[in-house]
Amino acid sequence: MMKEYQLIVVGGGPAGLAAACKAYESGLRDILIIERDKEAGGILNQCIHNGFGLHYFKEELTGPEYAGRFIDSVRETSAEVLLDTMVLQVTEGDGGVKLVHCVGAKDGYQILRAKTVVLSMGCRERTRGAIGIPGARPAGVFTAGAAQRYLNMEGYMVGRRVVILGSGDIGLIMARRMTLEGAKVLACVEVMPYSGGLTRNIVQCLEDYGIPLYLSHTIVDVVGRERVERVVVAKVDENRRPIPGTEMTFDCDTILLSVGLIPENELTRGAGITMDPRTNGAVVYENMETSLPGVFACGNVVHVHDLVDFVTQESQRAGAAAARHVLEGAADAEGAISVETGGAVGYTVPQKIRVGNLPGKTCDLFFRVRRIFGDSVIRVTAENGEVIAQYPREHMAPGEMEHIMLPKVRLEKAGGKITVSAEEKEENAQ
Amino acid sequence: MTQITCILCPKGCRLKVDEENDYKVTGYSCEKGKAYGRDELMHPVRVVTSTVRAEGGAHRRCPVKTNGSIPRDKMFDAMRLLDGIVLESPVKRGQVVVKDILGTGIDFVATRDL
Repeated sequence: MMKEYQLIVVGGGPAGLAAACKAYESGLRDILIIERDKEAGGILNQCIHNGFGLHYFKEELTGPEYAGRFIDSVRETSAEVLLDTMVLQVTEGDGGVKLVHCVGAKDGYQILRAKTVVLSMGCRERTRGAIGIPGARPAGVFTAGAAQRYLNMEGYMVGRRVVILGSGDIGLIMARRMTLEGAKVLACVEVMPYSGGLTRNIVQCLEDYGIPLYLSHTIVDVVGRERVERVVVAKVDENRRPIPGTEMTFDCDTILLSVGLIPENELTRGAGITMDPRTNGAVVYENMETSLPGVFACGNVVHVHDLVDFVTQESQRAGAAAARHVLEGAADAEGAISVETGGAVGYTVPQKIRVGNLPGKTCDLFFRVRRIFGDSVIRVTAENGEVIAQYPREHMAPGEMEHIMLPKVRLEKAGGKITVSAEEKEENAQ
Repeated sequence: MTQITCILCPKGCRLKVDEENDYKVTGYSCEKGKAYGRDELMHPVRVVTSTVRAEGGAHRRCPVKTNGSIPRDKMFDAMRLLDGIVLESPVKRGQVVVKDILGTGIDFVATRDL
């Protein structure tokens, strides 16, 4: 009979590493991390800029440093790391055992057995095809993350005159990085009326270098035969339709796309796990367990985070829960509260709360709003319409994930569902 | 008078700093923001991160950072110090790559093992 792991972690990025460490701390010993790259650390390895770890380590680290600390921590445990290996499928065997089908250059195809699985595959960048940019199809159009890998790890300069589409954080970071390496970044173009990136990045990556940010603008044409020669940018109306007559042309050889991230959930879907169309990730309970008992998910594969620090915390919850599942048995799924969204709240994680299963006195809840809010209040209402918790906020934006802690005692009396909504305060509602 | 965006919290207050008037800050909503506005105009500093050539390791580039903030106007000069540097494996995280950047007392250090 083949070895049965207590836990197999799919993906050796920040989420997987933190989950594995926490599972070890919580008492598991037979842990395997499967990573498809030739080293652990995930996307942090190419994020050479600083600003990571302010919340978790209380100091500013670069991506490789943040990853390095967790790689060191995993080395101190008994967890094994299987590199260069791709997980193809997760299925269920007899008696609830999880079968992890994977393939690697060294061991070939194999099916590994585990009591629990943590899914931590992260996310992928949205590509040109996904957003349908018109125009020619020359070389020189990269996703910002691909360009980041080329520049920071492989040592290739991807272009000299750059236009960035989308104001996501990776695009902003690459604007600065390309500028420092001698490229001219002509513009950052964002279709929405607000930036998708953190304020700090707008200031330190664009304003520091005098790179203009065009809000409510988009690319309407790409020109070039072999290589990008120029792009045409136009202003858009409130329905995000280009306004004729507002076109501007930029002579450039490179376009970087920073237009969103999509959780990478082929394995999750393949396992028949219930998905949330709002997050493109699995529906999870308070302990990051999915609809398949014993399978947990954490990090960007569940919902896209702004800060790795929060990925770490979420993944530690998943790792601890996997340990509890192995050592104390499955959680009772009866009487889960479902979390609904109202009033411009885009989604929540978790989507379901089993109050009896909460280890502490509160339940962490994360969400994003769909528009910018000034002085406002987050309200949580019970099934009967009674407000069970409210949280004032001076400012909320879609680019900044919100976090609230729901008191367990209030959840116990909330009924079968709660609704999370956000509203501007009365006096400045206009 | 210069307008800058405060980066200390997500609110992103639009600060106005009056250089003519002893760097008086307006538009802030907390004391930290007030201090940020003044510092940012009087002596802005940044951490600079980049890469240098690496040989014998798993990758061709090794990431580096300044191990403290340097004046913002020295960023490009600091970048030039990295040209031509070649690190040989093994490289340790924290290893000094360039000592005392432009007399600032700050070093470039490697940010990963390679």
